[in-house]
Amino acid sequence: MQALTPYKDAIDIVKEAGGEAFEQCYQCGLCSGTCPWNLVTSFIVRRLIHQAQLGLVDFEDDDLWLCATCGACVARCPRGVEIIDIMRAMRNVVAEVGAAKVPDSLRITAKNIASAGNPQGEAREIRGNWAEESKVKTFTEGTELLYFSCCVPAYDPKVRRIAQATAGILNKAGVDFGILGAKESCCGESIRKAGNESIFQSLANSNIQAFTESGVSKVLVSSPHCYHTFKNEYPALGGNFEVVHTAQYLLELIRDQKLKLTKELNKKVAYQDPCYLGRHNGIYDEPREVLRSIPGLELIELPDSREESICCGGGGGRIWIETKKGERFSDLRLEQAIEAGAEILAVACPYCMLNFDDSVLTMDKGEIIEIRDISELVWGAI
Amino acid sequence: MGGNITAEALDRDERRIGVYICHCGLNIADTVDVEAVANYAGTLNSVAVARDYRFMCSDPGQDLIKNDIKELNLNRVVVASCSPRMHEPTFRKACEAASLNPYLFEMANIREDCSWVHDDREVATQKAKALVRAAVARVYYNDPLEIKEIPFNPDTLVVGGGIAGIQAALEIADSEHKVYLVERDPSIGGHMIQLDKTFPTLDCSQCILTPKMAAVGAHPYIELLSYSEVEEVSGFVGAFKVKVRKKARYVDEDKCTGCGLCQEKCPWTADSEYDVGLSKRKAIYTPFAQAIPNVPVIDRDSCAYFLKGKCRACEKFCETGAIDFEQVDQFIELEVGAIILATGYDAFDPSTISQYGYGIYDNVITGLQFERLSAATGPTGGEIRLKDGRKPESVAIIHCVGSRDQNYHEYCSRVCCMYGLKVAHIVKDKTNADVYEMYIDMRCFGEGYEEFYKRVSEEGVNFIRGKVAKVTDKAVSEEEEGKLVVICEDTLLGSIIRVPVDMVVLCIALEARSDAEEVARKFIISRRADGFFLERHVKLDPVATPSDGVLIAGCCQGPKDIPDTVVQASAAAARVLAMISKGRVTLEASVSHVNEDLCIGCGRCEELCEFHAPKVGIYEKPMPVSRVNEALCKGCGACAVACPTGAISIKHFKPEQILAMVDALAET
Ligand SMILES: Cc1cc2nc3c(=O)[nH]c(=O)nc-3n(C[C@H](O)[C@H](O)[C@H](O)COP(=O)(O)OP(=O)(O)OC[C@H]3O[C@@H](n4cnc5c(N)ncnc54)[C@H](O)[C@@H]3O)c2cc1C
Repeated sequence: MQALTPYKDAIDIVKEAGGEAFEQCYQCGLCSGTCPWNLVTSFIVRRLIHQAQLGLVDFEDDDLWLCATCGACVARCPRGVEIIDIMRAMRNVVAEVGAAKVPDSLRITAKNIASAGNPQGEAREIRGNWAEESKVKTFTEGTELLYFSCCVPAYDPKVRRIAQATAGILNKAGVDFGILGAKESCCGESIRKAGNESIFQSLANSNIQAFTESGVSKVLVSSPHCYHTFKNEYPALGGNFEVVHTAQYLLELIRDQKLKLTKELNKKVAYQDPCYLGRHNGIYDEPREVLRSIPGLELIELPDSREESICCGGGGGRIWIETKKGERFSDLRLEQAIEAGAEILAVACPYCMLNFDDSVLTMDKGEIIEIRDISELVWGAI
Repeated sequence: MGGNITAEALDRDERRIGVYICHCGLNIADTVDVEAVANYAGTLNSVAVARDYRFMCSDPGQDLIKNDIKELNLNRVVVASCSPRMHEPTFRKACEAASLNPYLFEMANIREDCSWVHDDREVATQKAKALVRAAVARVYYNDPLEIKEIPFNPDTLVVGGGIAGIQAALEIADSEHKVYLVERDPSIGGHMIQLDKTFPTLDCSQCILTPKMAAVGAHPYIELLSYSEVEEVSGFVGAFKVKVRKKARYVDEDKCTGCGLCQEKCPWTADSEYDVGLSKRKAIYTPFAQAIPNVPVIDRDSCAYFLKGKCRACEKFCETGAIDFEQVDQFIELEVGAIILATGYDAFDPSTISQYGYGIYDNVITGLQFERLSAATGPTGGEIRLKDGRKPESVAIIHCVGSRDQNYHEYCSRVCCMYGLKVAHIVKDKTNADVYEMYIDMRCFGEGYEEFYKRVSEEGVNFIRGKVAKVTDKAVSEEEEGKLVVICEDTLLGSIIRVPVDMVVLCIALEARSDAEEVARKFIISRRADGFFLERHVKLDPVATPSDGVLIAGCCQGPKDIPDTVVQASAAAARVLAMISKGRVTLEASVSHVNEDLCIGCGRCEELCEFHAPKVGIYEKPMPVSRVNEALCKGCGACAVACPTGAISIKHFKPEQILAMVDALAET
């Protein structure tokens, strides 16, 4: 029998860290039933919330680190409980108060981010190297647009193509843009969801300072995670910039006839809604419009799409945690795409790209389907 | 009433004011030094006597006032006690009993506005003195007002012919007072006539409702206006004027014998509203066999003659020549004293919750559709059948569909747990299928309800505590093949379960009528945040509305079961009968008054007034001026504020009264 002796200090921290919403939970279990983890294993979200309500959270429990913050449960919750905030708060008690041990890979990532400003732990100086080939200038006072590539395309050679395609398009369209290179730090969205609030605060402050000093007013991002935090979280810390995601910006360029898509792509393409573009920010139509403007391309819809989209598994810090084979949402999703007859799975998020590339490789489906960012597809069509 | 003193007759210098400070037990006396306040009041200008007493509202308290009025010749009274909402009527009556016009009374609230909100005795006592000072300053300028009454029209309008409207209409008509019952549909009956059995006693809905419907149809004191809607309402309690649109039926009610031949011969069909789309009805139709009145209507939207100009089959076969394609809408003017709104509810449309698959999967149906399947008068003759005609071997019943969910309706719809249990019982009884109830909390609060829950549990129904996440037809195992799979967490097991079933019944919410906003505007009543009509007081006055003489009953005021609906309908009827039996309505005396010498007839007051009280016209003077119909005026003061020349004032709230209070409060 478990004695009801709430771990009061921890609960106060959970509450303070934004988890107060759990008091409204009436334990219906809709969150568990909606959570994509239950397509592959068991994750009883409701139980964690109830434990938090009673102050009986087992901070050693691995379940604490499962949530990919995809937001499917939050969108449906009948009582409007901010489940992601609660997850974040509970992780915060582990990561910053030391109530238990943080999973190794996350601990290392957090250290990298804190010291080098990127999760890979690479040198700041080489952050802008990807742009050399693409002839991208450094952003200076008066430049119109800052392109913020996200750490993944900046440092990961496999994903670099997203940034390069984007730069190519911008050059072609004659957009006045630049990057801040070594002055950029990770946006901090995911490490915050992993419970490291203070690291997030310092990253955000550093970016806000760099943007402000350089006279940035408008930022273009490739990652929905950067989009989310720049747009919805930085303003509270004094960072007010106009933020656009490539999906929106490309559509604008196409509509304004600054881009002419002429080369045909005679393929069936399915689109994966990234959680942070779709559910978290309501952007569903723009990326689809962009894809539809590519001549020859046939856009098909996956069975669970838009509001119902299944996460790739990369949010909430999960991108840095190894997910067992057989439990990867991206594998399920890839199968759905193949079954629907897609030859290309289009993505609009570097995390999706990493996860799906990995699924194609490990499931050996390279012959049947390829993963492409929407920017790459547009770049290929001009 | 209240003597014949006029303002002129009273010499201002001869004000003799009595002031009474109430202890309210310890409610006031604990925080306010009531004796000090009374002593202070005694020093104020024109105060003839000031006293404090434990309970001014008690009989001895009131007698104090009455005796002083007589013995000390008081001509003004101030009581400092609780909120005027509580006891102003009490003290006004006490004054009246001692032949003092009730408007020469004034109340200072030293409880809610003072003792209950302060801790510091010193400060509270200061404040109480100030409030009393202000009341004394005001009452000095109060005028006696004449209280007018008009006769109450004993005819009543009931809007909506569901069980609520039927019950209210019958109770009033049975006491031999005229009732006009306006029903929008071709027949009365409302949702109850669609139900099969009613929880918890399982009596047949039709068997208990049709006798009442027939009684309405035959009642000498009820004039049933079916297929009709209220267009306009004016007037006020005791004397409403109502314009009703009687929609063209294209059938002459006097000639039609209800033989049904026209419906038999009509070749055109549409989805049956009565069977919630589970069957077809003809273009000329009576919604169901026991319809009251038993006269069909032609639905223009599905009639070939109206759509294409050809057919008229019904006309050819009608032996009495009752079909009349030339009929037009008629307008009827009614005069009534009171109005009961009983417009009921709409059933929630679950297709907006796409993950439940309503409208996608054939065998996902609503609770209301289940009622039709299960009713002997329904499309299957009462057999529980899947779309393809098979008997279901397993059925899931999903609770709280659209209820208790901030994405749809935050409130609990109150009847769904019970009708969910009823569905379970009927399925067990008629098919012996496996039944699963997916619920969040079982709310079985009424008479015999918990017992019914127990009975259904004993019948072997499976209860799964959890809100359903999804209904899908995608099988992941052999036993799911060809089934609907209901996915949810069984929160008591703490695991996700997939339940394969043949049929899913959605316990849909009850929601406010889609036109509730428009209806509320017509009758000048308000709505709650959830869309239902707002009662005057949620606990103490749940049948009245802020509009005098407009009452509400049944589900238009919020979701409720039949027993509660009937109780509320009877209460509304009793209210109306009380008004009829009094026979007079007292008009508000503190109404707006136009000084015709100042009025320039600009009409701004007329534009502004919600109650249509002021009218600009040529009366005694050659120039147009505004005049206020005192019977319509509620004394809200909107016109007085807007009047550009200051010609309008509100009796009992004249500028000199208000300014005297302000001056008194500004003094220290
Ligand atoms: C699936 C289901 C099963 C249920 N089972 C039970 C049960 O077993 N036992 C039980 O106690 N309760 C049950 N209920 C609840 C029951 O239906 C209600 O308590 C009852 O019908 C309320 O009656 P009403 O007269 O207030 O409203 P309604 O039945 O909705 O009647 C309102 C009437 O007003 C008319 N109307 C609407 N607007 C206007 C207008 N503007 N002008 C003129 N006329 C208008 C309508 O046409 C209708 O005839 C069930 C409800 C549902 C959804």
